[in-house]
Order: sequence, then structure tokens, then C-alpha cells
Amino acid sequence: MAVTAVCLTLGLMVGSRGIAPVAVWQALLGTADPEARAIVQDQRLPRTLIGIVGGAALAVAGVVVQGHTRNPLADPGLLGITAGSSLAVVVGISALGLTTPAGYLGAAFGGAALGTIVVVVIGLAASRRRDASPASLVLAGTAVSALLGAITGIILLLDSAALDLFRFWTVGSLSAGRDLDVFLAALVPLAVGGVLAGAHARALDVLVLGDDVAAALGRNLLPTRLLGLVVVTLLVGGATVAIGALGFVGLVAPHLARRVFGEKHEVLLPASAMLGSLLVVVADVIGRVIISPAELPVGVVLAVIGAPALLVIIVRTRKTSA
Amino acid sequence: MSASTTLRVGMFSQQVRRRTVVVCALLLVATVLLAGAGLALGDYTLAPGDVVAALRGEGSARDHLVVNAIRLPRVALGIVVGVCLAVAGAIVQTTARNALASPDLLGVSAGAGAGAVAAIVLSGTNAAGAAALEVIGTPLAALLGGVVAAAIVGLLLRVTGTTGLSPLLAGVGVSALFGGLTSWMLTAASIDDAARANAWLAGSLGGRGWSEVAAVTVAAVAALAPLIVLSSRLPALELGPSIATSLGYRVPQSVGLLLLIAVVLTSVPVAAAGPIGFIALVAPHLARLACRSPRPPLVASGIAGAALLLASDLVARFALAPLLLPTGAVTAVIGAPFLIWLLVRSRKDPTQ
Repeated sequence: MAVTAVCLTLGLMVGSRGIAPVAVWQALLGTADPEARAIVQDQRLPRTLIGIVGGAALAVAGVVVQGHTRNPLADPGLLGITAGSSLAVVVGISALGLTTPAGYLGAAFGGAALGTIVVVVIGLAASRRRDASPASLVLAGTAVSALLGAITGIILLLDSAALDLFRFWTVGSLSAGRDLDVFLAALVPLAVGGVLAGAHARALDVLVLGDDVAAALGRNLLPTRLLGLVVVTLLVGGATVAIGALGFVGLVAPHLARRVFGEKHEVLLPASAMLGSLLVVVADVIGRVIISPAELPVGVVLAVIGAPALLVIIVRTRKTSA
Repeated sequence: MSASTTLRVGMFSQQVRRRTVVVCALLLVATVLLAGAGLALGDYTLAPGDVVAALRGEGSARDHLVVNAIRLPRVALGIVVGVCLAVAGAIVQTTARNALASPDLLGVSAGAGAGAVAAIVLSGTNAAGAAALEVIGTPLAALLGGVVAAAIVGLLLRVTGTTGLSPLLAGVGVSALFGGLTSWMLTAASIDDAARANAWLAGSLGGRGWSEVAAVTVAAVAALAPLIVLSSRLPALELGPSIATSLGYRVPQSVGLLLLIAVVLTSVPVAAAGPIGFIALVAPHLARLACRSPRPPLVASGIAGAALLLASDLVARFALAPLLLPTGAVTAVIGAPFLIWLLVRSRKDPTQ
């Protein structure tokens, strides 16, 4: 909770116009000057809330995916799930004329589920012929992402009006075209996904031991897998609607949490959620400050922070497994 | 009858398998046919005879304009870019001893893309230098980006080792890094520059002129010439560093030079045509399967790359006509399932 409070304060204070903590408090209560009130209530409060919830959702989804695949490199972004979600939203806007947040939500969930299923099926098919390797899944994700990305590109070519909006949406941003309506529409599925993920913690602890051990311990694998799929779909779909296609949160936050809090999922899930929130809000704040008065979309900041983090994780897992 | 003959030119000699020669000949025929189709077909369709006449400078002024000024640069660029990418892919797959390694997947294309976008965005803000930068600057900027990306991957592999999945994961990471930088430049640019860069990022052979063809051809010749000498080392390098060393090859130098050639052959086409994915991955595999060769044959790979890119470009031009698709989108739609197929079908771990 302390972490979330820090996030909230940071997100509200820092920007091209810095506001002191006391003034932020006054603005929330409505007693500050109108300018500070407008900035805090209308701009910084929505995006900070969206960042907190979206970051937490992606991080929890990352933990669930990593637990199910026993793959430390699994990340919704790397696995093509986010690409599926993006494609479905673009199809929804362009072909079906969706304009409501609820419509986006439906499309994003359909796309996230489809992306997940495709990548997992390919990963399973690849590992049937030989020992399962984490690379198969990541490569399947890369290939599926490339395919879905190309289709998304073709659709955007057909619908040139969407490009200017999409170039901001695709990198992930907390500011462009996302207001509290969208956030509130995404909140219900995200909350359900979060609760289900929490209920799922014991199962994840068992799954980490491997399918055979899990089955021997009396765990019925198919329903567990399906539940995991539902959780990931709800969380990634909702997060994509709320904050766009953000990469690396689902990869980096669980890793940091594991280092600090260990492997027990009952602790790992909430800890990852907190770190995911912190990561997104800090990245957003960095993006706002670093090229002030212009701002850098949070997705770009995360890619620049996250890509080296991915490389470090690769080097570390390599060393420990060798 | 032996399946191979030895070809001698001066001090160089090369064993040539008959099957490889036949495959190369067939691929050449396919390339010529596809190039002919590229020249003849379109809104204004020409008969084969008219195309030949226009190429020889005869025929009507209109035919002359359509064939030589509009369609020929596009087809020529397709051939040169296809050869460059496919040969780069063959080199990387052989030296990395990794069937899935290709410059796209190793992050070189992403680095080159970031470099070229930087050049495009910068040239937009400076009208005076724009024209010069368009021709000379973009290829060099792309090359610089490609070299930087390759250097980062190289440094990472010093830590992780070059076997197994490390190179590909390093490539995914480096691609993500440069992709992030590219996205940032797109959002920081004006909408005009962003639209230009975005159109270019789709990867296309359309709307390019002779200056792009010339730039890529010069780079291709410069990179392919030393390859004629170096290619004799590829079979030894494929046996692994220790065996190659014991056979008397200076492995680090050879690998370094070969990979530098591959980076040039990947980066300069990116500057001219944008990132065109999967040709570097798919063409060497096609050539290898067609030749029944244990490793991708260089010449056959190159011709297969040209044929594949010309075919993709025809699809791009006519699949949703009158709308023109970006060529890169077509190669991704064809190439990504192929990568998935490789991943699923190969019995042994393709990353080994």
C-alpha cells in the first residue's frame, strides 16, 4: 500500500509544472488555485490511476504466464498476446466502427484470448517434438507478433485516418485519448482477473513443480490451464484498453518481485502488482520530465528501460542454468 | 557419374554439385519470369513483346516511360535487395550454426531502421540538407544503426555464449530497444515526417528511384566481392570453432569479417526499401531444401531471395488492387507462418 501511495503522490506532483505535496492535497480537496486543480484533478489523477491499475494488471498477468509456462522469459508483450489485443482493437475501430469503451473491451479480450491460444498451441506443438525450451515460446510469440503486426499495418493503411491516433496508442501512452470512462470500463474485468489470479496462487505454486508433479498432487490440469488463460485474457485485454500495448512490465516486475519476495505466489502476486504499478508510474513520470515541455510516451520509456532488463535476465538465467 | 564437378577460375577452385547448378538455373528462370511480370503487369498491361521492345529503347513513348522509368527501378531494386538480404541470411545462419538466425531476428534490421528513421526525421527539419541526406545520409545512417545493433548483440554474446537460444533472445531484446527508440522518434517528429517515416517503415519497393538502386548496388558489390574469397571458409566454419581452428583457419577474423558483410548487406537495403522481414530467413531455407544441401548455398540463396521478393512485391501490388500494399507486410504475412512451421516441424531444437 505504501508503494501505491508513493506512486500516486509522484504521479500527481511531477510534470512540466511541478506541484508541491501540500498543493496536491489542496487540489484534491478542491481548495487550491484553479490551475493546479485543473492539472491535478483532470489530467494527472486519471493517468496516474490508469497507470497504477494497468501496470499491476500486466505484472500479475506476467506472473501467471510465467507460472503456467514455467518460462522466466514469458511476457504478454513478448508472447504476441498484446499484438493480438491491439489487432482486435484496430479491427474493431476500423471495420466494425466501434466507438465505445465497452466495444474496445470486447475486441481487446477476443484478441488477447486468440493471441494467447495461438502462441501456446504453437509452443506446445514445438515442444512435442523435442524438449521444451523457453526459446520456442518466445520465438512463437515473435513470429505471431510479426504476423499480427503486419495485418494491423495493412488495416491502418486502408484506414489512414486512424494512423495519427494509432501511432500514439501503439507505443502505449497514458495521455492520448484515454480518459476515466475507458478506465472505468476496464476496471471490472481487471478486478475480476485480479481476484481470480489471487485465487489461483496455490495452483501456480504447484504448477511450477512441473505438469507430472502437479497431476500427481491431485491437481486437475485442464481446468487450471483454462482458468489461467481466462485470467491472462482478462488482465491483458483490460490493460491494453486502459494503457495500450505496453511491453516489459509483465517481464520485469515479476523478476524484481521474485528477487525480493521469493517464489511463493501468495506473496509474489501482490508484490508484482505493486512493482508493476510503480514501474509504469515512474516510467510515465520520467517520460513527462525528460524532454519537458514535450513528453515521451510511457511505452517508449519502458522499452528503453525494459530491453536492457530483458538482456540482463537472459544473461542471468543463462548463468544459473549452465 | 559423380554428383559434383570442380570449377576452376585461375587460383580459385570450387566444388559444384550438379543439383545446385540445376536449382540455380531454375531459380534464375523464375526470377526472370517474375521480373518480366513485374514490368508487364499493372494498370497499363503490356504484352511481353512490348516489354522487350521498351527495354531496348524501341516502342511507343508511353511504353518506354512505364517500363523503363516506373517499373524497371522497382524490379531492379527488388532483385538487388532480395539478393542482399538472402545472402546475409545465409551467412548468418551458417556462421552462427543456427537455422533460425537471420539479421531480422538478431536485431540488425531494427538498428538499421532506427538509424534510417533518425535520418528521415532530421532531414525533415532541415530543408537545405534534406536532398543530400535523402540520397547519401539515409543508407549511411542505416548502416551505422545496423552496426551498433550488431555490436550490442556481439557484446552480449561474449557473456552468454553463442549457442542455443541466447543469440535469438539477445536479438529480441536489441530489437525491442531500437523499436522503442524508433517509436519515440515517430512521436517526437512532425506529423509529415512521421507519416513519411511510417510509410517507409512498412517496407516497400514502390516509389523508389534509380538513386536507391544505385546505392544498394554499390554496397552489394562492395560486400559481395570479398565474400567470393571468404565463402571457401564457410564449410570449415560450420564444423565449429575448434575444428575450424585445427584446420588452420583464423576463426575470429573470418567470422568477424563475414558478419560485417552480413550487416552491410542487411542495413543498406533497409535504408533503400525499409525493413523487409523474413526474406533473409526464408530464402536460405528454400535454397537449402531445394539443393538438398546441409547448409544454405550462397548463390542459390541469393537468387531465391530475388525471386521471393519479386513474387512478394507482385502480391503486394495486386492482392488488394487498386490499393498498393507495402512489400514488407506481404513478406511478414508469408514469412511469419514459415518461421512457425520451422519451429514446429524441426525435430531437433532449431536453435542448436
